[in-house]
Amino acid sequence: MSRLYDSFAELLGRDPRRPKPDELPEEIREIHARKKNDRERIENIRVELEHKRKNKQPERLRRKRWLVLLAVNLLFVLSFELDIQLLEGALTASRFAGFHMADLNSALQVMLAFKHVVINLVIGTTTVFVLWWLLGGRTFCSWVCPYHLLAEWAEMLHLKLVKKKLVKDHPFDRRTRTVLWVVFALLALITGYTVYETISPTGILSRALIYGPGIALVWVAALLAFEIFYSRRAWCRYLCPIGLTYGVVGATSPFKVQYHLESCFHEGECRKVCLVPHVLDTVIKGRARGLHVDIGADCTRCGRCVEACPTSSLTFRFTGLDKLL
Amino acid sequence: MAKSKRHPAHPASRNRRRFLRSVALGSSVVGFALMGYVPVVTGRAEKLRPPGALLEQEFMAACIKCGQCVQVCPVEAINLRDLTDGFGLGTPWIEARDQACDFSCDGLQCVLACPTGALTHEINYPHQAKMGLARVVDAGRCLAVQGKGFKGQARGPDFTGKLRYDEVDRWNPIRVADHPYDLELCDLCVRQCPIEIRANQCDAGNPPSGDVNQCPPKRAIRLVPLDSEEGKVRMAPEILEGCVGCGVCEMICPVEPAVIVIDYRDRKEVMA
Repeated sequence: MSRLYDSFAELLGRDPRRPKPDELPEEIREIHARKKNDRERIENIRVELEHKRKNKQPERLRRKRWLVLLAVNLLFVLSFELDIQLLEGALTASRFAGFHMADLNSALQVMLAFKHVVINLVIGTTTVFVLWWLLGGRTFCSWVCPYHLLAEWAEMLHLKLVKKKLVKDHPFDRRTRTVLWVVFALLALITGYTVYETISPTGILSRALIYGPGIALVWVAALLAFEIFYSRRAWCRYLCPIGLTYGVVGATSPFKVQYHLESCFHEGECRKVCLVPHVLDTVIKGRARGLHVDIGADCTRCGRCVEACPTSSLTFRFTGLDKLL
Repeated sequence: MAKSKRHPAHPASRNRRRFLRSVALGSSVVGFALMGYVPVVTGRAEKLRPPGALLEQEFMAACIKCGQCVQVCPVEAINLRDLTDGFGLGTPWIEARDQACDFSCDGLQCVLACPTGALTHEINYPHQAKMGLARVVDAGRCLAVQGKGFKGQARGPDFTGKLRYDEVDRWNPIRVADHPYDLELCDLCVRQCPIEIRANQCDAGNPPSGDVNQCPPKRAIRLVPLDSEEGKVRMAPEILEGCVGCGVCEMICPVEPAVIVIDYRDRKEVMA
């Protein structure tokens, strides 16, 4: 239960708490002591990582994820372009084979502004809620959101510039996102306009793909420029209310990434690639409170850490499914 | 300066700077979003909306900006607004002069497609729509008023707008440019009015789809005879109570600019 509380608190912007050494169970302290003496294993991992760095392999899972993301967005485009009516609408609201779907954040904005909910919106919101609860909430971000893909490319560029010491990453307070979420919810309620939709890069990009580009893309370009030159992944990390909405939905999801302390040697490869590294705080030596720790609600299940981990200490897990199999 | 380069900033001052930076970023984002209010108060964002649209303020609140109405329209009359329309971004609108709503879907497909009720599901037939109201702007330029006929393509060969002509193809709208006219006295605004077409079919005992509910209870537009000089027939268009503001008259008017336009701003009064 306290793990869920922590997961929520970290989602809202609290820094992860580090346990005091005496808080850790005897068993875990023994594991740490044992691993420290396993010089051979540590040396092997070092050599393996060195080899990996010299012979860069493509990230297979990342490529697959991009394919899924592109396929979903392409399905929207083709449904309209070829009039096959399989996935009509845009990411804010759509119909899949005639069945209503509504983006949870957009639906929330409309409900707060309009103060009236028609049955179609209830159906669409419930469907999407169940879907993303099962799939992990912020899974939407890394597997569907078109802005996420552009931001990943912008991030690559940003990291190159950082390496050349041309730019520096400026981190922000993660609580900013929570504040923005509340502000935009209140604005919708008070003004009666879906204010957030005006700047939502997810909505703007989705509509631009389906209905053609517009001036609104300038805003998206500005966000990307900000991320390239000033702050790594700023929109997704510190600002996007959609991410917080889906994070809350996925907090209790059965689908998650799980950390296994016993095999981990704390190289930190996972944290380097993570969009939301605070969720991986538990992999730092002495932070994990159990042998198996579920990664927090802010995790987008992008799987980059799973692929980056040299000791397979991070795995996807669908609770209940392992018992069934 | 040189000193601070050697020693990393004190954590407390680093945190303070991060906090201030975050406040600045958060307020900029909210501030930018709120700028979307400007086109709304100046009325710039207000345009002719698809049939069934709620009152402007409610419509803006209810619309989820998904464009499903755009996708189902057989004449592609519906477009989406841009960032320059502020909060109106992503909401549907119709540029009647380029492509009006001719109700060729009969069943109000956009209304059926709307997931949030921004296009209210309370209307089922074209004559129940209240999109705006037609108005004759400069009667002197009207061909009928001048007693002139019209021959050829109503909007020229390059016009891409479409209409459904029942006598050509009941199910598929065709380009207006592919349907030339030869009229002794121009009556295009009356002839192509979707409400008038339905009313005439009903009077002739053939209601659309055989459904008497499709019959408009009131007429929308007619030509009124004017005093004729030297035996020349002259007529003037008159807008009637049954006008729903679909914009077909504005679209089809062969005079440039159109003699008849839609007042969408009247939608509030029209609906009240």
